[in-house]
Amino acid sequence: MSQQASVLANIQEVRAMIKRHKMHDTIFAIIGLLALMVGLIALLTLFIDLVVDGYQRFNPEFFTNFPSRRAAKAGILSAWVGSVLVMVVTFLAAVPMGVAAGIYLEEYAPKNWLADLIEINVSNLAGVPSIVYGLLALGLFVYTLDLGQSILTAGLTLGLLILPIVIVSTREAIRSIPIAIREAAYAVGATKWQVVFHHVIHYSFGGILTGVIIGMARALGETAPVITIGALTFIAFLPPSPVTDVAPFINFEWLTSGFTVLPIQMFNWLSRPDHAFHINAAATGAIIIVVTLLMNGTAIWLRYKIRKNIKW
Amino acid sequence: MNNTFSKSFGIAALVVAAFSALPVQAAEKIIRIDGSSTVYPITEAVAEDFQASTKTKVTVGISGTGGGFKKFCRGETDISQASRPILKKEMDACKEAGIQYIELPVAYDGLTVVVNKSNDFVKSISVDELKKMWAPAAQGKVKTWNQVNPAWPNTPLKLFGAGSDSGTFDYFTEAIVGKAKSSRGDYTASEDDNVLVQGVQSDKGALGYFGYAYYEENQDKLRALPIVAKKGATAVEPSVENVKNGTYQPLSRPMFIYVNATSGAFKPEVKAFVDYYLANAPKLVAEVKYIPLPANEYAAVTKHWKALKPGTGFDGVAEVGVKIEELLARIK
Repeated sequence: MSQQASVLANIQEVRAMIKRHKMHDTIFAIIGLLALMVGLIALLTLFIDLVVDGYQRFNPEFFTNFPSRRAAKAGILSAWVGSVLVMVVTFLAAVPMGVAAGIYLEEYAPKNWLADLIEINVSNLAGVPSIVYGLLALGLFVYTLDLGQSILTAGLTLGLLILPIVIVSTREAIRSIPIAIREAAYAVGATKWQVVFHHVIHYSFGGILTGVIIGMARALGETAPVITIGALTFIAFLPPSPVTDVAPFINFEWLTSGFTVLPIQMFNWLSRPDHAFHINAAATGAIIIVVTLLMNGTAIWLRYKIRKNIKW
Repeated sequence: MNNTFSKSFGIAALVVAAFSALPVQAAEKIIRIDGSSTVYPITEAVAEDFQASTKTKVTVGISGTGGGFKKFCRGETDISQASRPILKKEMDACKEAGIQYIELPVAYDGLTVVVNKSNDFVKSISVDELKKMWAPAAQGKVKTWNQVNPAWPNTPLKLFGAGSDSGTFDYFTEAIVGKAKSSRGDYTASEDDNVLVQGVQSDKGALGYFGYAYYEENQDKLRALPIVAKKGATAVEPSVENVKNGTYQPLSRPMFIYVNATSGAFKPEVKAFVDYYLANAPKLVAEVKYIPLPANEYAAVTKHWKALKPGTGFDGVAEVGVKIEELLARIK
């Protein structure tokens, strides 16, 4: 009888314990959810606030007008064209170098203290404040290499800025490929280059692309390094077109042109006394957020799509 | 070995080499302007109209007065905007680089001292009282209004002012404390005047200073204090009229453009631009809500410009309350 009672008591104790532990689970889930919400709601509030302030400027003229002293007539043409051209240079500078460096570190580099040192440094570089890259670029690109305060300088600067992001994400993408794939390729007689080119790069493409796009989205919103190298504020003409109607049909003059970018235009409008310009700033901010979200969304979608197509 | 690496590296090196081989500056007519963000709205307005009517390209940056002079004295810009006169070390830098410049006042600004709307105990404030608040000696000591003037209540004093990189800061400290860049450090500083507007607006015991245009735009949220220049003088409130006729002292300040007039580097399009600037300044300055010079002073500035007399009337000292005509007459 007493034995039965003690078993019963035991069961109750165990049940109470399970209940307690489940409660801990729930509490943690709620804390986690709240933590997630803080970020999401902050972004959402900010975005809605910008849209509410700036929605009256969302019309075609806003995208096709140059900056002006009349807030209602002022547009972001030179800013968005500048942003796009700078992004092109950033892409060309950061992606080949970053992907090559990532592949080398992961596939070729001997595992020794030097590789460890490089690895630590690359991770550290990703955390260096962007203004430091601006100062480096001012000394190196603008003065030492004499590239001027140009689109080329800005693109290379932002390229350097996102290089660590590209390298790290390339390595992570490569690491996620099962070792069995490599071994299988070697087993049928593939050389190292063939393994890397046909399998490693091929299968990690989605992951690499994600890293690249996220890096580009960060570069798009950067202001400090671009101001440091001397981006302009008022520029009411476009750089020379990269495509011409006479042979050889492309020219590189635009690379040396002065420029401004979206965040700088926004910053300038925000610091004006006239409230009408603050509306323009809000509209520009909303556009930057939308483009950034679109880029990140594309990255997620591409990764999903490419992963789905890979059949091992 | 290391096939990928050498190949990719080769491509990357090629790309960089191809970019570097480009001609660095296209030989095109571009007027380059940089400098103070305070003067920027005026220059932007002039640049916009000038570019529309002449098709000459104009670019304007906002590196700040100091940053602008750095570029100017390296010969990177044609015109530098400044919210204070050129300083001794900047004059030396220009001299070393062989850069000659013409100093042209283009507009006035009245630095405005503002308090919260609900502040009803301060009717006006004297320069001495401002000095008590802002002098370096006040740091950590002057914390309430009654420490400045016993007639005021024991309300915490919260100060808002320009960041130490701005020309506004230089001018305010010169005019109030008596020495440029000499200020207490324990106040809320921002280069963005809208931040200061918000700060003063949300704190009952707040006092701040910034350019008149920011006050004019936020009159419904802030109250400007009339300034008593000396003991026994009448309090003068900041207004377009009082700044123009020179009674709002010592916080009225001229704003300048400095034109690179080095012989040989003096481009005809820059000359045309400055002609246009001075001819249209009265209209455009008012349009961007700054305070134009009186007509006779614009005439004097234009005459000075036509004579192309290089140099500065300040000799590196940010003097306060000097008349523009007197200033121009100093440059021989």
